[in-house]
Amino acid sequence: MRTAFIKELQAQARLHHDIFLVVGDLGFSVVEDFATEFPDRFLNAGIAEQNMTGVAAGLAAEGYHVFVYSIANFPTFRCLEQIRNDVAYHHLPVTVVSVGAGMAYGSLGYSHHAVQDIGIMRMLPEMTILSPADPGEARACTRYLAEHPCPSYLRIGKAGEPELHQATEGVPGLVEVVHGGADVAIVATGSILKNALEAVAILEKDDIRPSVFSMSLLHPVTSDLVAPLHTFGTIFALEEHLATGGLASILRDSLPISTTVHSLSLPDNLLGIVGSQKTLLSRAGLDGISIAERVAKLLRNAPHSSSKPV
Amino acid sequence: MNVNDTEKYAAAIRSEAVKMVAAAKASHIGGALSMADILAVLYGGVLKVDSARPQWPERDRLILSKGHCCTSLYAALALRGFFDVAELSTYGRDDSRLMSHISHKVPGVEFSTGSLGHGLPFGCGRALAARRKGETWRTFVILGDGEMDEGSNWEALLFAAQHKLDNLMAIIDRNGIQSLGTTQEVMNLEPLAEKIRAFGWEAREIDGHDHASIREATSSFPSPKGKPVCIIARTVKGKGVSYMENQLLWHYRSPDKEQLGQALEEINRQDASR
Repeated sequence: MRTAFIKELQAQARLHHDIFLVVGDLGFSVVEDFATEFPDRFLNAGIAEQNMTGVAAGLAAEGYHVFVYSIANFPTFRCLEQIRNDVAYHHLPVTVVSVGAGMAYGSLGYSHHAVQDIGIMRMLPEMTILSPADPGEARACTRYLAEHPCPSYLRIGKAGEPELHQATEGVPGLVEVVHGGADVAIVATGSILKNALEAVAILEKDDIRPSVFSMSLLHPVTSDLVAPLHTFGTIFALEEHLATGGLASILRDSLPISTTVHSLSLPDNLLGIVGSQKTLLSRAGLDGISIAERVAKLLRNAPHSSSKPV
Repeated sequence: MNVNDTEKYAAAIRSEAVKMVAAAKASHIGGALSMADILAVLYGGVLKVDSARPQWPERDRLILSKGHCCTSLYAALALRGFFDVAELSTYGRDDSRLMSHISHKVPGVEFSTGSLGHGLPFGCGRALAARRKGETWRTFVILGDGEMDEGSNWEALLFAAQHKLDNLMAIIDRNGIQSLGTTQEVMNLEPLAEKIRAFGWEAREIDGHDHASIREATSSFPSPKGKPVCIIARTVKGKGVSYMENQLLWHYRSPDKEQLGQALEEINRQDASR
């Protein structure tokens, strides 16, 4: 996904001469082409994220649209106050790009797991938050940001994510990836959408056919954005993020109280375990099989539920 | 007023700042007074700014990193004609533009601060933008000495030297007192000039109340050496009001009616005696 991002950014930089890329001494074998083509609009700010974000704000105050690129929590948590005060409060066009969403850095450990970032960024009213699910969505999100410079956060995966759907016209936003029944939906954000699609294939054998949505715009969330979800009585929010503050919270905050939102999120007790992203998601009950089991069980046990598999 | 008479301008800045803090029962007058002479010299002729066009693209940019000392900058801007001096009386009141930490919503103010250690990185970004665009305006950042405890300032010092930002000047208001004690007691900075030189800057120490010295130090800029410039301005916290000078208490306290009268009288007398 990072390759999709950087290639699209490079293409957009040819069209938008205000685009400026700042990296925090990360991006080996990713950012070199951009740096070569646009040496006047590229900067390695070193391993100093507070200064990097302040510099980005200063560049943005002079008319640049600055993309700040680094790994996981480094461009968000380490310099949160610079994002809050310098970027967001001043409404400056700085896009913070975090590579390695969720547990993409697997065994590199807790320092490299971005599992609270959506919640933290969402607390800043001015920030637009985009969370693409696949390379196609990453390109669409990057293109959107290039055309709409604003204080923003782009949460992308790492490398090798498959293309999951072609319906990127509604991205960033909410797009229906699988058209299933009208009672139950799985709403996913980020590359974990893939696991939702695996779960759907399994559930189909039990004649459970949830609709699946990819939600790439996480802030601001308007009632119009989530209107397509109003028809569903039960929604499963699937995210590679802790339950607090993430997608489940967003959906509960924005959907009618009559909608039941189940959280398929990372549990707090998983933090600190060594494992690949795949292993960690499996332990979290967020691989395709586990998701299918949890969805089926919750639907069976749901009080007042008509399902009755849908 | 004629801001070119910088001594009179500084006295007027001090008077307005003291009145604002007294009326609002606000804090931070000590650090506002210690940098009043620096502001008077900068806005009295050194800075290329136009009060009729606060966003004039070719203006010099001044960033106040010690945003809690905003009263003297608001006063300097109003007296320079950026907005009506009468508005200063609204400082800190409900719905005023004049927030008690410097606000970019006020004409002539480039950047809101309040949390320390933000001004210099932002100034680096602006100076870098000027460099990349081939523009000749300059960036000035005024910092407190207490805020040199912040790691972000030292990140920015490294950065500015690395990128040879000779269009960037940092002015440290070296009044020697921070929130809970002297800078020596809390977090010793010395030898400050040597440290900053070791980071790759040109550093000079001056008397931060001597207008000729301030003018000379801030006018010979950009530096011919391809280095960012740091002026360490030795100042007195509370300068100009005898009972405030070098007193930690006046980081916090607001003058009562009698103290205000004495402060204004002292400031005017010093001005008249020049």
